[in-house]
Amino acid sequence: MQIYVCVKHVPDSVAHITIVDKNHIDENLTFLLNPYDEHAVTEAVRIKDNLPGTEIIAVCLGKDDAEKTLRSALAMGADRAILIVSDGNHDSIETAKALKAGIEQDGKPGLIFTGKESIDAEGMQIMFRIGALWDFPVATNVVKLDIETGRAVVDCELSGGTANIYELSLPCVIGAGRGLNTPRYPTFPDIVKSKKKLVKKIAFIDLNIKISTASMSIVELEPLGQTRKPKEITGDAGEVAKKIVKILKDEAKVI
Amino acid sequence: MMKNIGIIIETDNGKIKETNFGMITLAGANKPQLFAFVMDADARALKEDLESFGITKIVDISLPPDQQNNPMVRAQAIINAIKEFNICAVFGLSTAMGKDLLPRIAALIEAPLIMDCFHVDLEQNLVKTSQYSGKTIATIKLTGDVLILGVRPNAIEPIKAPESAQILELKQDGIHLVSKGFRVIRTGGADKSKPIDLVEVDVIIAGGRGMKNGENFTLLSECAEKLKAAVGASRVAVDSGWAPYSMQVGQTGEKVSPRVYIACGLSGSIQHFAGMKTARMVIAINTDENAAIMSNCDYYVKADALEIIPKLTKLL
Ligand SMILES: Cc1cc2nc3c(=O)[nH]c(=O)nc-3n(C[C@H](O)[C@H](O)[C@H](O)COP(=O)(O)OP(=O)(O)OC[C@H]3O[C@@H](n4cnc5c(N)ncnc54)[C@H](O)[C@@H]3O)c2cc1C
Ligand SMILES: Nc1ncnc2c1ncn2[C@@H]1O[C@H](COP(=O)(O)O)[C@@H](O)[C@H]1O
Repeated sequence: MQIYVCVKHVPDSVAHITIVDKNHIDENLTFLLNPYDEHAVTEAVRIKDNLPGTEIIAVCLGKDDAEKTLRSALAMGADRAILIVSDGNHDSIETAKALKAGIEQDGKPGLIFTGKESIDAEGMQIMFRIGALWDFPVATNVVKLDIETGRAVVDCELSGGTANIYELSLPCVIGAGRGLNTPRYPTFPDIVKSKKKLVKKIAFIDLNIKISTASMSIVELEPLGQTRKPKEITGDAGEVAKKIVKILKDEAKVI
Repeated sequence: MMKNIGIIIETDNGKIKETNFGMITLAGANKPQLFAFVMDADARALKEDLESFGITKIVDISLPPDQQNNPMVRAQAIINAIKEFNICAVFGLSTAMGKDLLPRIAALIEAPLIMDCFHVDLEQNLVKTSQYSGKTIATIKLTGDVLILGVRPNAIEPIKAPESAQILELKQDGIHLVSKGFRVIRTGGADKSKPIDLVEVDVIIAGGRGMKNGENFTLLSECAEKLKAAVGASRVAVDSGWAPYSMQVGQTGEKVSPRVYIACGLSGSIQHFAGMKTARMVIAINTDENAAIMSNCDYYVKADALEIIPKLTKLL
């Protein structure tokens, strides 16, 4: 079986984001593998461990330097990678089409993984768009996955700790959630080995993606400024508790 | 021309969830015709509440009971309603249910979708949402015949706008409701013991490393019970096993916008802020006045949370 794992090259979550030209960020910062996509790669490796003959291919749409993220996926256990190279900005509709085209050109997916969300765009939708393009069933925020012959049984986490359990026929698209596994961080030999693995590059324009009449484009980015003006609540524990109650009652009006 | 806007109403055991009302207020900004899509409750029972916030058409989308919980079927039912009523924008909540439904709709009809919006301008088709782990606000321009918008729960203050509503029935043609390769085995909603949903509550009392152990977390749940609040946790608290992962607030946990967020013994890391920045009021209790949370809150207490919380619980 071929498992394709979509991985995105995203700014490190601790990095300070500087906005330039109104709607871009200064990309002079550390980029890495989207955290949820680490769970996706880890799960693919787990499946491969039980299903010899499985091939894991990491796929990314990004600029040339996104190769770094693909190398991380290779170090975590992917066998080879595809980088769909583009300098442009693509919305989720185009991204999904490009990922599909790139995968379709390469092989025959038995299973496709994504993360449940990219931490930069926070789109929460690529998995569904890829699924719809192929007419494959989709589940997202998957925290438990069992692959059986021809089907996948998944737990999709809901807030409050409960889950929906779905059965999907293969091939399907799985959006990995954080509870799915603990990412397996590569050892030094893994990293050395990954350097020799193949990263195939395809130009986005060569995929001839049809332009959609539906689109999403960022017109402005603003820093989420700190607007709170902290006031201190003082006194001994009893007094502080009383003052908090008063704030909850009179100001926040929640009690 | 007056626009027709569809709003997917979320209910809980047949009752309307409070968080719908802010969404209706947001959708009604330019006085469009507001259609409420009701899929899993008695539409008549919701009529009064929906009317009072400006809904004029209530669409009763009754699904076969065995398919009510199937998000693929629900997505197609909404698409049928979009076509039937000439809808140009669909609003739904960015809850766990919405995250499993709205992108399915958008993907099937290749419509633009933005999740977690807190501002929508349908004159110019501009929406605002957070990006980069909550560090920036993005204004996004949408094009397309039908826009799909996930609304961040609690982000908008509901405003009453009384109207009178008509109930319409949308009969689903069984043939169009297919669920290819997808079957629901069980949905979590049935669990009566489930804790209060973090994303939708008015008050969250959250703990971090400063709570020191799992037992001390019960101090938070005791206080939460009195406040009708939910308990949240930092990643450190979750990773230490003091609280389940479903309670984690932050970039890799839940994104919440309660009226009040009480942060106990947590430092306010960038990743934690990513999940609670949009709370209306933040009260921080921390022993270290230099903790980041202390300079980015509305009220702070420099004290031991383990001492303050039980006192607070007693007073409630
Ligand atoms: C990719 C990534 C994603 C992440 N996602 C998240 C996320 O979603 N959510 C999240 O929370 N974190 C997340 N983190 C972790 C984050 O970076 C911090 O490590 C974490 O938030 C810190 O938790 P804390 O505030 O409980 O602990 P600390 O930072 O150690 O803070 C503990 C605080 O408690 C105070 N304290 C100690 N004793 C007391 C007492 N008795 N009374 C009152 N105060 C006391 C201390 O002064 C201190 O300020 C993520 C990290 C990464 C790298
Ligand atoms: N440019 C991209 N290249 C590869 N995978 C992507 C890209 N953008 C998004 N994805 C995948 O889709 C998931 C969800 O992204 P999003 O819909 O943007 O939240 C991510 O976790 C990735 O697995």
